[in-house]
Amino acid sequence: MENALSEKAFQDKIDAGISIEPKDWMPETYRKHLIRQISQHAHSEIIGMQPEGNWITRAPSLRRKMVLLAKVQDEAGHGLYLYSAAESMGISRDELLDQLHTGKAKYSSIFNYPTLTWADIGAVGWLVDGAAIMNQVMLQRTSYGPYARAMVRICKEESFHQRQGFEIMTVLAEGTPEQKEMAQDSLNRWWWPSLMMFGPPDEESPNSANALKWKIKREGNDELRQRFVNQTVPQAEILGLTIPDKDLKWNEAKKGYDFGTPDWAEFKNVISGNGPCNKERITNKIHSHKEGAWVREAAEAYAAKKNKTLIAA
Amino acid sequence: MTTQEALFNYCLRLADNHLILGHRLSELSSKGPLLEEDIACTNISLDLIGQANALLQYASSVENKGRNEDDLAFLRHERHFYNSLLSEQPNHDFAFTMVKQFLIDAFNFYLFDELKKSKDLTISALATKGHKEITYHLRHSSTWIDRLGLGTDESNKRTQNAINELWRFTDDMFVMDEADKILISEAIAIDLNTIKPKWHNTVNAAFEKANLKIPEKVWMQYGSKQGKHTEHLGFLLAEMQHLHRAYPGVKW
Repeated sequence: MENALSEKAFQDKIDAGISIEPKDWMPETYRKHLIRQISQHAHSEIIGMQPEGNWITRAPSLRRKMVLLAKVQDEAGHGLYLYSAAESMGISRDELLDQLHTGKAKYSSIFNYPTLTWADIGAVGWLVDGAAIMNQVMLQRTSYGPYARAMVRICKEESFHQRQGFEIMTVLAEGTPEQKEMAQDSLNRWWWPSLMMFGPPDEESPNSANALKWKIKREGNDELRQRFVNQTVPQAEILGLTIPDKDLKWNEAKKGYDFGTPDWAEFKNVISGNGPCNKERITNKIHSHKEGAWVREAAEAYAAKKNKTLIAA
Repeated sequence: MTTQEALFNYCLRLADNHLILGHRLSELSSKGPLLEEDIACTNISLDLIGQANALLQYASSVENKGRNEDDLAFLRHERHFYNSLLSEQPNHDFAFTMVKQFLIDAFNFYLFDELKKSKDLTISALATKGHKEITYHLRHSSTWIDRLGLGTDESNKRTQNAINELWRFTDDMFVMDEADKILISEAIAIDLNTIKPKWHNTVNAAFEKANLKIPEKVWMQYGSKQGKHTEHLGFLLAEMQHLHRAYPGVKW
């Protein structure tokens, strides 16, 4: 009875647009849903550093190298805020990392695709960050306060990244035929995985209903996907690049584009570990975590010794 | 050698030191022992490459032959790079990285502090800006020397091992040649002999405090001022330059 009352009060708060803070009562299912979503988001930022970091040492100019370093550093920073937001719900960073390393927690499947050429750094910024922003803009108003506040800062930086990615594509598209081909090839490989970033169609999305009810999410997967296509097609036209979808067509009645269906079988496969880079991403992550164990132990031992000295003094 | 040639060469040395050290650090992106450290190392790498960029821009204007900073970074061959032998050593493990950073940060700290007084206004301005960043870098690396030296037996052993392996490249940082002589006489560059004792004291004090030792009777390696490097630099440049070289003359 008490629980039912609390749940009613909780839902009333959500409906009134009052944000939920760490010490507020919340249903266990809400807490679980958010820990899953925030940690998945944090892990995506951290794993996402790998495909982009892949080109830091090979960036073709000093300026590009600096911009890319700054970008990857931003992603690490996003991971840090998001881990903190998840920790405010009563889970430790060690537990979260453990879930990532054991495969219990997921991350955005887009990062299981390889960055094969320099143009991929442009495409990732333009398309992947572009799609991420679509999702994230609404998260600035998400019902859980610490998550919403983290997203405000993240969104600012992500839109900067998206512009940088588009700028890389612009230079390539206006460059030599070889550069333009590199840009087109990259768009061909990243287009469909980017559309998959919004998740499966709403009717097949298991977590969508609660997320909408609790105002964690405010729009459905299909609505966001449609908005992304509407926004991105004209950008590709500006670049003079072709979207690899023969079904893509302007629909005057809906004032939006009709477009083909992503290969959901591929999506499911990549999510379940069969993407081109799933193994490498997690192996690298576990490897650097293990390699760093002695450093973390040293830092802890040192801090403990310092504390002891402080107490003794 | 004219003053202009000496100055060009001197800017390249300063720039190459930062570029190569920053590059090595950037190799560690997403491989840090903890997330906070990943962020710190990327940030320091960014500072170093930023300073290298500014120094190469100045080098290009001093040379005045139409080569820009990217031409200087991506189209010079190994024998025309003048970074210290120490800066190009591979990361190996976190102890190697931090010992290397610390030895070079301490060197840069005193060098840039003196270069603030350079009669060359660009060098002086870049040194003033750079010194602020280097002060932070030195604080970061010396904190790690302390932590690793005093942390656990393993961290002490690894750090001492890194010092033993890297010490032979330290003297190379202080070598001076004709370019230095010319620029010292014009109060543009500084006499590295004046900062060597300060550097040595700082390093020695930090090591002693952290229960670490400078190794004795080490045979020193030299050559960076003549572009004679260890074998590691060639591979670093092959990776760094390949894309730029693969598409000559295009915009990025």
